[in-house]
Amino acid sequence: MLNYFARRAGIAVVQLLGLALVAFALIHLVPGNPVRTMLGARATPEQVAAATRRLGLDRPLVDQFGSFVWGLLSGNPGQSITFAQPIASLISERILPSFLLICYGLVVAIVVGTPLAVFSAVRPGGAFDHGTRLFTTVAFAMPTFWLGLVLALLFGLKLHWLPVAGYTSGFVGAIRSLTLPGVVLGLSLLVIVVRTLRTSMRKVLTAEFVEAERARGFSTFRIVTRHVMRSAVMPTITVLAVNVGFLIGGTVVLEQVFQIPGVGSLLFLAVEHRDYPVVETIAVMAGAVVVVLSLLADLAQALMDPRVRLGARTV
Amino acid sequence: MTVGDAPPLFCARQLRIAFAGASGPVEAVSGVSLEVRSGEVLGLVGESGSGKSLTCRSTIRLLPHRARLTADDLSFEGRDLLALSDRELRDHRARNVGMVFQDPFSCLDPTMRVGEQIAETLRVNAGMDKSAARQRALEMMELVDIGQPDRRYLAYPHELSGGMRQRVAIAIAVSCRPKLLVADEPTTALDVTTQAQILALLQRLRQETGMALLLVSHDFGVIAQMCDRVAVMYGGYVVESGPVTSVYRAPLHPYTRALLSAIPAIESAGKRVRRTGIPGQPPGIGEILTGCPFVPRCTLAQTACTTIDMKLQEVSPGHANACPVTTEAANASPVTAGDNGARSVPPAGLPGVNAAMDVHHAVPSADGAEHLMQP
Repeated sequence: MLNYFARRAGIAVVQLLGLALVAFALIHLVPGNPVRTMLGARATPEQVAAATRRLGLDRPLVDQFGSFVWGLLSGNPGQSITFAQPIASLISERILPSFLLICYGLVVAIVVGTPLAVFSAVRPGGAFDHGTRLFTTVAFAMPTFWLGLVLALLFGLKLHWLPVAGYTSGFVGAIRSLTLPGVVLGLSLLVIVVRTLRTSMRKVLTAEFVEAERARGFSTFRIVTRHVMRSAVMPTITVLAVNVGFLIGGTVVLEQVFQIPGVGSLLFLAVEHRDYPVVETIAVMAGAVVVVLSLLADLAQALMDPRVRLGARTV
Repeated sequence: MTVGDAPPLFCARQLRIAFAGASGPVEAVSGVSLEVRSGEVLGLVGESGSGKSLTCRSTIRLLPHRARLTADDLSFEGRDLLALSDRELRDHRARNVGMVFQDPFSCLDPTMRVGEQIAETLRVNAGMDKSAARQRALEMMELVDIGQPDRRYLAYPHELSGGMRQRVAIAIAVSCRPKLLVADEPTTALDVTTQAQILALLQRLRQETGMALLLVSHDFGVIAQMCDRVAVMYGGYVVESGPVTSVYRAPLHPYTRALLSAIPAIESAGKRVRRTGIPGQPPGIGEILTGCPFVPRCTLAQTACTTIDMKLQEVSPGHANACPVTTEAANASPVTAGDNGARSVPPAGLPGVNAAMDVHHAVPSADGAEHLMQP
């Protein structure tokens, strides 16, 4: 078990290094120059050269990558070019709304999706199953920004239930301001939860051990909650862990639409200004979240499904 | 083991199980009538697709969603199984009937320790508390000859051998002291040595608890060794039924005869004997056959055979046959009826039923040699 964990953690480190390299290479490949953006079109070549030297952007790329990685490892990724602020404080100011938004989206997707998937799987091909499929596909097919705008129009402007945009801190304030984007985010993820969970539940429900448990007189409720779910939730957890990356992407759009001062809108600004260090740091952070979550998902799987533990002993 | 006139434990009359097909319902079981009496061992023999699995599952009405079951009578201890509510049906499954499946690799929850699975059954179905269920589960594991139950209790199914898993499945099935144990090809997925041990275990449990056993198999050797009575199924019908000795010595239905002649006898060991087998294929699901389903493969078939209604006719006490041709011949000359079969019949005691089985008699069981086969 420990062995298994160590190997997975080793793989995660390699993944993160690769991710840092890709993020670094990509943003440097994008045309545009942060110094030009910062100084404006009328800056003289001397001014540009001086600023470039000051920011260390004239050093060889390998050097820049080295100090970028070192900055990440030491927890001090450096200064933002555009905001003239340490990146660490820039991100820490904005991380909470984004984190809460992603959690909100996940909770919505799981809380709404699980019962939909379970009831669809228990009666496949029934009216409920078809209705669920239609609903989740439509929810998935709608672009998040459009759905966000429609919900803001309905619940914000027409019904005045929830704020249209902006972010208020505090528990109630956060809940109120994050409900609309959270629901939109959750709905976009819903189809993944319902489809994967329904499919794996169907597979487990047709397994012979389920029939054997029916033969023992167990109720469908017991069979589903105590036995089928244990085997069936794992693919969904893994898929969700990987799709948190998709959610992070979703927050970029939704934080723009709902004007939430989170990491997503920071990323948007940073890309606009070619703020290399900020973009790189956020990209690696988002990647780290996905890598760590899928590591946790694998560990959870090993804990819940004994067959996954490699090198299992034979009694 | 004399059965006498004990009232039937399980009774099915004109049991039909159909599936919705593209062109109307398709019958997989077409009017089966059978009885299991208290304490007896009834064998259900037939090849794949003959309807024997569905028939045995009707004892607890455990059928696929799409299956439609109808019967003139389907009862357990006189209680109509068709009239049970969902709750009562679950109760019936929990208390009255235990079921052992063919594949011990897939009939246990892979994510749960095997001991817990036995204990869960005891908690849910016998209302035991946690520690009592655990204690009883350990006893059950000992009862089914699982060595070191304390250690095996914590094992997951994939950590056990096929034979051990089947023992766990049997422990679960008998844990709530059912009156009837249904074993659907319990040894088919196991290797031959383990087969013999599992059969010996079933035999012993049956003798110790007095429960009835409905044993499904495609192996007449297993049936002959274990059962008091046998029902031979073909194409959704019971074609012949009776005391196992009588059916074995004097098979009447052409299918039973063909089935028996396909079994190698120990006397032929070492000799070059060509087994005839049964030419042709069993009827496919959905193939509409009127009259006797065995007609296309039968050497005795007559034109009238395609219109008969497959009613069992009693030929001798307890021994019934659905083939009018052989029934007539048997009634005309009862003494030679059995010799119409393709094989010479061994004398009393049914030795040499199946050459493979006979080999096991001499093979000690792998886990300590206590259980040898009793012919």
